[in-house]
Amino acid sequence: MGKMLSSLFRHPSGRIGLVIIGFYLLAAILGTLGLTPHDPLKLFAIDRLKAPSGTYWFGTDLLGRDAFSRLMVGIRQSMLIAFASVAIATIAGTIIGLLSAWWGGLWDGIFMRVMDVLLAFPAILLALLIIAIVGPGTMTSVAAIAIVYTPIFARVVRGPALSLKQRDFVDAARTFGSSQGYVLTRHLLLNLVAPLAVQVTLALAWALLTEAGLSFLGLGTQPPTPSLGLMLAESRNLMTHAPWLMIFPAVTIMLGILGFNLTGDALRDILDPRTQRREA
Amino acid sequence: MTGLLSVKDLRVGFGQDPRANEVVKGVSFDLAAGETLAIVGESGSGKSVSALSINRLVDFGGGRITHGAIHLTRSDGTVLDVAKADEKTLLGIRGRDVGMIFQEPMTSLNPVHTVGAQIEEAFRLSKGLTGAQAHKATLDVLGRVRIPDAQSRLGYYPHQLSGGMRQRIMIAMALAASPRLLIADEPTTALDVTVQAQIMALLAELREETGMAMIFITHDIGLVAGIADRIMVMQNGVAVEQGEADAVLDSPQHDYTKHLLRAVPHFTAGKAVRNDGRRAEPHEPIVKVDDLVVRFPVGKAWFKPKGAIHAVDGVSFDLVPGETLAIVGESGCGKSTTARALLGLNSKTRGEIVTGSGHSVRPVQMVFQDPFASLNPRLTVEALLAEPAIANGQRRDDTLRARMAFLLDRVGLPQDALTRYPHQFSGGQRQRLCIARALMLNPDVVVLDEAVSALDVSVQAKVLELLVDLQQEFGLAYLFISHDMAVVERIAHRIAVMFAGQIVEMGEARAVLSDPQHAYTKRLIAAVPAIVRRKQRFAVDMTQVPSLVRPPGFEPPPAQWREAGQDHRVRIEDTP
Repeated sequence: MGKMLSSLFRHPSGRIGLVIIGFYLLAAILGTLGLTPHDPLKLFAIDRLKAPSGTYWFGTDLLGRDAFSRLMVGIRQSMLIAFASVAIATIAGTIIGLLSAWWGGLWDGIFMRVMDVLLAFPAILLALLIIAIVGPGTMTSVAAIAIVYTPIFARVVRGPALSLKQRDFVDAARTFGSSQGYVLTRHLLLNLVAPLAVQVTLALAWALLTEAGLSFLGLGTQPPTPSLGLMLAESRNLMTHAPWLMIFPAVTIMLGILGFNLTGDALRDILDPRTQRREA
Repeated sequence: MTGLLSVKDLRVGFGQDPRANEVVKGVSFDLAAGETLAIVGESGSGKSVSALSINRLVDFGGGRITHGAIHLTRSDGTVLDVAKADEKTLLGIRGRDVGMIFQEPMTSLNPVHTVGAQIEEAFRLSKGLTGAQAHKATLDVLGRVRIPDAQSRLGYYPHQLSGGMRQRIMIAMALAASPRLLIADEPTTALDVTVQAQIMALLAELREETGMAMIFITHDIGLVAGIADRIMVMQNGVAVEQGEADAVLDSPQHDYTKHLLRAVPHFTAGKAVRNDGRRAEPHEPIVKVDDLVVRFPVGKAWFKPKGAIHAVDGVSFDLVPGETLAIVGESGCGKSTTARALLGLNSKTRGEIVTGSGHSVRPVQMVFQDPFASLNPRLTVEALLAEPAIANGQRRDDTLRARMAFLLDRVGLPQDALTRYPHQFSGGQRQRLCIARALMLNPDVVVLDEAVSALDVSVQAKVLELLVDLQQEFGLAYLFISHDMAVVERIAHRIAVMFAGQIVEMGEARAVLSDPQHAYTKRLIAAVPAIVRRKQRFAVDMTQVPSLVRPPGFEPPPAQWREAGQDHRVRIEDTP
C-alpha cells in the first residue's frame, strides 16, 4: 500500500491527483472538527451577499453565511457520501461478481441480468427513482449511489474472475482440497486488487458528481446542512449579482472529480502489467 | 558474386537508440541458390531478427538495421542491397523473391476469408492471375503441398483445418509467388511431432522440386539435422559457429554448440531407459484405473445434446509404488483429460478409479505444465507451500515450517525463498517450487502433466534428474504425461501410448520404444527428430487424427488386445 502511494506520487498526473485529494481530505477533516473560519450555519445578517474579502474568503450568501466555511462542510458531506456509497458498492459488487463467476451457470445468468437491468438506467435517473420511493436524505443518497455503482463493480470483478477461475493455480488448489473461501479470497480476490483499486478511484469521481447532482435537485442533503450541490442550487438565481457563490462550489466539484480521475488514470498506468517494470 | 544472398556484418537494434540496443551484433553469411541454411539458437539469440532483416519485416517490429549490407540477387539477375532499399522496392521483394512462413499458422491466416480466397489473392498479387486461372493455380499448389481433396478444401475457413493443414496452406501461399528464397521461422514449433515430421518432409520435397533456397529458424538443433546444408548457431546476437551441417553436428567447435547438442535429449529407441525400480511380482497397485470414460457433450439441440466428444474412451491402467507410467500421445489424444480425471478436475462419465490406502489423505497430487500459471503471483512462497497443509487441517506451526524448509532444500531451492514471490524465480525454479508443493502432503502418486515441456532444454534435464531422485527417496509413483519421446525414454518404466482417446499400446518402456507394434506408435517414434537418424528420409505421411465427436449413444466396440511379449500389449484395430 505504501509502495503504491509512493509510485503514485512519482507519476506526474498521480501526484497532482493525490495533492488535490489531500487538500479535500484536509478540508473535510477540518470541517468535521468545526475548525472553519466561521460557523457555517451562523447568519451574519448585515454581511449578506458580500464579495470575497479578507474576512469572508469566498464571500457570503443571501442569508449572510460564510461561503468558505460552508464549502468546507460541503466537501466533508460530499466526501462522506462518495466514500460510503463507493465502499458499499465495492463490497456488494465484488461479492456479486465473484459468486457469479465462481458458481456460473444459472446463478451467473440471474445475477448478471439483474445487474444489466440496473445498468440500463442512467445513473442519476436510477438514483432519482430510488429517492422518489424512499424520500430524500443523506442515508438515501448513500444507498442510491451505492446501488447505481454496484453493477459496474460486479462487471469489473466478474470478467477477470472468470479467467482467474480457469488458471492452473486454481486447479492446483482444488487438487489439494483448499476450501472455496480460501480459493475465492486468496486466489481470486487477491489478484483482483489492481482492477478494483482503479475502479474505486474512478467511481469516487462519479459518486461525487452524482451526489452534487442529487443535492442540486434537492433530493440529496437537506438544508440547512451545507453541500456542494445545494450551494450551487441556491446561487442559481443570484448568478449575476454574486457570481462567486456559483464559481467556488462549481470549481470545487470540478477539481474534486479531476483529482480522483487523475489518480485513477495514474493507478491504471502503474498497475497495468504491460507498463509495469518487472522488479528484480 | 555467385550466391543468392550475401549478408555482411549485419547489425540490428531496437528502441529509441538502435545503436545502443543491438540485438544482432555483426552477423555475416552467404547463401547459394537452392541451399538450406538453418539458424539455431535459444530464445533471445537474435536468430529471428537476423532472418526478418532479409525482407526487412524487422522494420515493422520496431527494429532498425544500423550497419551492414544484405545483397540479394533478384530473379532478373540484378543485385539489390536490401538494407538500404526503400519501402516500394521492398514490396516487390517480399513474396516474390523472398517468401516467408511463420510459427503460428492460425494467426497468419485471415479467419474471415476461405483459404482458397487467400491463396488466390497471393496469386493475384504476385503473378496477376485472376478468375479461372487463379483458381486452377490454387488447386495446383494445394496438390503440391499434398493437401488431399483440394477442391473441397478451397471453401474451408482456417478454423476448420488442423494445425498441420493450416501450415500447409501457409506454405502454399508462400509458394504461389515461386520465391527463390523461403524463410521459415519456427514453422513446426506449434505442431505435434507426427505433423512436424510431415511438414519437414514436405519442405524437403518442395525444395527438391522447386530448387528454392531456404533459411530455417529453429531452437531445436535435432530438427534441422535432416534438412539443412549448413548450420549457423547464434548466441546473444552473434553467430558463434557456422559451417556444413555434418561438420557442425559431428565435430562442433564452439562450446555453446557443444552445450546445445549435449542438452537436447537424444531419442535412442529404448537404449536409454531406466534400469532401476522395475515392477516386482507380485505387486499391489496404488492406483488402478478401470475403463475410464470421459465425454463432453457438444452442440445442444432441444433438451438433448447432438453428440459428445469422446475425450477418453475405455482407458485402463494401474500404477505401482516407485514406478513411472508415461502416457504419450499428441494434443487432443486425451492424455491430459485422463490425468485431470484422476484428480477429479474433470468429472468422469464412467469407469472406476481406485486409489490404494497410501500414507496421506490426498494420495494423488499434480504438477502442471506451465510453472508461471500454476503459482498464484500474489502469494509468497511460504503461503504457496503452506496452502495444501492448511487446506487439510494443519496449523502454521514449527512442524509445518520444518517440512517446508526440508522440501525446499530437497528440490534445490535456497531457504530464503520462503519470503519471496513467484516472479522472482526462473521457470525451472518455479517448477521445483511446484514439485515441492505437490510433495507437501506426502503423496503416493504425483501426476506430472507435461511438467518439463515448458522448460529450456538444459533446465529440463536437471528437473528430470530431480524427479528421479525424489522418486527413489520417497517411493513415489509418477504418472508422466508427455508428447516428447526423448524425455519419456529417460524417466518411464512403463509407457502407454494414447491415440484418439484410447490406449493403443502399453507395456515396458524398452519393449514399446525398441519394438513398437501398433501403427500409430511406429509413426510417433519415426517422427521424433534425431541427429543420428538424419540421413534417413521419410515419405510424407498424410494420416489425420479422426474426429472424436460421436453421435449420442455411440459406444465404441470393446477393445481387443494381443500380447506382444511379457508386459507389452497392443490393441488390435479392425482396419489396419
